Amino acid sequence: MSDLTTPNLHIDADKQDISVRATGVWIVQQLAARGRLDEIGKQLAHVHSKNNSDNDKVHWDLSGITRLDHLGAQFFWNLWGKKPPNHLQLGVGHDALFERLAQLGDVGLLKSPPLRFAWLYALGGALFRFSDHVVGFIQMLGQLALDTGKLIKHPLRGPWREVSANVFHIGAQALGITALVGFLIGVVLSYLSSQQLRLFGADIYIVDILGLSVIRELGPMLAAILIAGRSGSAITAQLGVMRVTEELDAMLVMGIPHGFRLILPRVLALVIAMPLIVVWTDVMALIGGMVSAKNALGLSYSFFINTLPAAVSLPNLWLGVGKGAAFGLLIALTACHYGLRIKPNTTSLGEGTTASVVTSITLVILADAVFAILFKDVGI
Amino acid sequence: MAMMTENIIEIRNLWKIYSSSVIHQDLNLDVHRGEILSLVGGSGSGKTTLVRQMIGLEQPTRGKVKVFGELMDGSVSQHVENARNRWGMLFQHGALFSSLTVFDNIALPLRELKTLPENLIHDLVMLKLDMVRLLSADADKMPSDLSGGMVKRVALARALALEPELLFLDEPTAGLDPESCESFVSLIRTLQSALGLTIVMVTHDLDTLFELSTRVAVLAEKHVIICASPKEVLALPHPFIQSFFLGERGQRAMTALNLRKP
Ligand SMILES: Nc1ncnc2c1ncn2[C@@H]1O[C@H](COP(=O)(O)OP(=O)(O)OP(=O)(O)O)[C@@H](O)[C@H]1O
Ligand SMILES: [Mg+2]
Repeated sequence: MSDLTTPNLHIDADKQDISVRATGVWIVQQLAARGRLDEIGKQLAHVHSKNNSDNDKVHWDLSGITRLDHLGAQFFWNLWGKKPPNHLQLGVGHDALFERLAQLGDVGLLKSPPLRFAWLYALGGALFRFSDHVVGFIQMLGQLALDTGKLIKHPLRGPWREVSANVFHIGAQALGITALVGFLIGVVLSYLSSQQLRLFGADIYIVDILGLSVIRELGPMLAAILIAGRSGSAITAQLGVMRVTEELDAMLVMGIPHGFRLILPRVLALVIAMPLIVVWTDVMALIGGMVSAKNALGLSYSFFINTLPAAVSLPNLWLGVGKGAAFGLLIALTACHYGLRIKPNTTSLGEGTTASVVTSITLVILADAVFAILFKDVGI
Repeated sequence: MAMMTENIIEIRNLWKIYSSSVIHQDLNLDVHRGEILSLVGGSGSGKTTLVRQMIGLEQPTRGKVKVFGELMDGSVSQHVENARNRWGMLFQHGALFSSLTVFDNIALPLRELKTLPENLIHDLVMLKLDMVRLLSADADKMPSDLSGGMVKRVALARALALEPELLFLDEPTAGLDPESCESFVSLIRTLQSALGLTIVMVTHDLDTLFELSTRVAVLAEKHVIICASPKEVLALPHPFIQSFFLGERGQRAMTALNLRKP
């Protein structure tokens, strides 16, 4: 039990006085051992119950402590109610620790009092944050318009290198995943529809159903959701890390405006890349549907391809591609908006990226509904 | 004192090679218990890399690094885990957790022990803050709202949280004003005498170097060219040492040294 290293208390109580003698090593590693502090606390509770009125009667002898650190000292200090006891004997060199504690006195964290009507504050805060986002978004849109004007005036001075790099990262590198997802969705959609159509003997309408739904709705939506998850998050994180590492400030100091060099190229890249990805996804989904239609209904590939132009009129394609460009714009703006608002800490980075993806997908779906209403008479 | 040389760190024939460039070549170094060893060398000479190998953040390409008698080869054992609680590190750029407040940053290593009561942790954190001369009003701030020198001091407080026996300081005084440097030097000295700390310190600051170091290890030509008391180091006729210590800047600091040790 009384091993040389473990912190130990020896309590001797005679009629009048209590002497508490501490021995061993009172340092963090020892005191933090599981249960050790509880054990010591129990022993001391004993002291206090014996003599709870009068601190005068307790003699503290800490001279047997071989090593003492701030945790050990603080432990005793708290026991004594943050002042030295009347009868105290310290080990060699240990008085400096207690002197420091005495000097420090009792400082606490300033705790702000709990708010009444906390929910009202929360509501107000949420409203202000929301309006702040809306204003920020509109400002960015305005800045984007100005930057675009600047680009049209001096096209040669545009950030074309950044644009092309972004088209590559956002567009070219997303071809694989969009192809896979598009193809699979095409297969599933075609398979399910063909089973229904066969019931009515309307097999050949599979081309109309697939063509219209993929080109007008599914292609742009699929592409937008994939790109929002893949590239929207990447843009937000990139800008966020640039904030953390103060690169954004460095750019401003060098007179490089964020709008023209960071936002514009990303927006441009997405507006260029998205329609192309939409077409690519459309093609892949239609191929998937075609393969599936051949298996399920026995429709030949050549029949499918020949009927497609008649089944889906050209405006549908333009609508799909146009939606792609609009979604691209939305995704890029949302991603940049959240990216530039990230505060220089890791939590904010995570929250910003999540919010960016969630918001851009929501916005894309909202925009899609608006498109559906606006163009309900076109191409059908 | 010179007789009892227990080695806390032993580095033997260490090589560190990054893809193509050799950083350390056949490097040997011992750190004795209770001393303050300063590591000096030009920028990019591999001081930080050496310290990172001592604490096991990076593995040597060849050779051995032993700390508290444990081989630091990247294997995770209970011994290495225990050793890890016995040292603290002050990173060159602070490495504070950006999403935690100053208070929580310092409390983190204490809370990780999972056995200390929260009120004791609170008192200890306030004590550590006071030790590095920060105000209790700073405790609520986020790391991004601190000045560069304050980041250093919070990082030092965090490194000291577990009362380590061995402390690694990577450029502790870079970015501090002269007065803070002074108080840092006196803080380190009191800590060292009160807790018997062993300190490995990377520094470019000659004042701090001469004020504190028991021994100085000079890193040049990819290895330690000399590791000895400041006086002996100064006496070595090596071009790096001549230019590093004996420039005008060095002369001034040396005057201070001579005043201190007549
Ligand atoms: N992860 C790494 N990969 C490749 N090279 C590295 C890596 N880390 C460090 N280096 C190289 O090792 C060399 C030493 O770096 P180190 O950070 O140790 O220098 P230092 O002596 O601490 O310099 P300073 O005084 O400027 O802090 C540098 O040339 C650096 O480029
Ligand atoms: Mg370094």
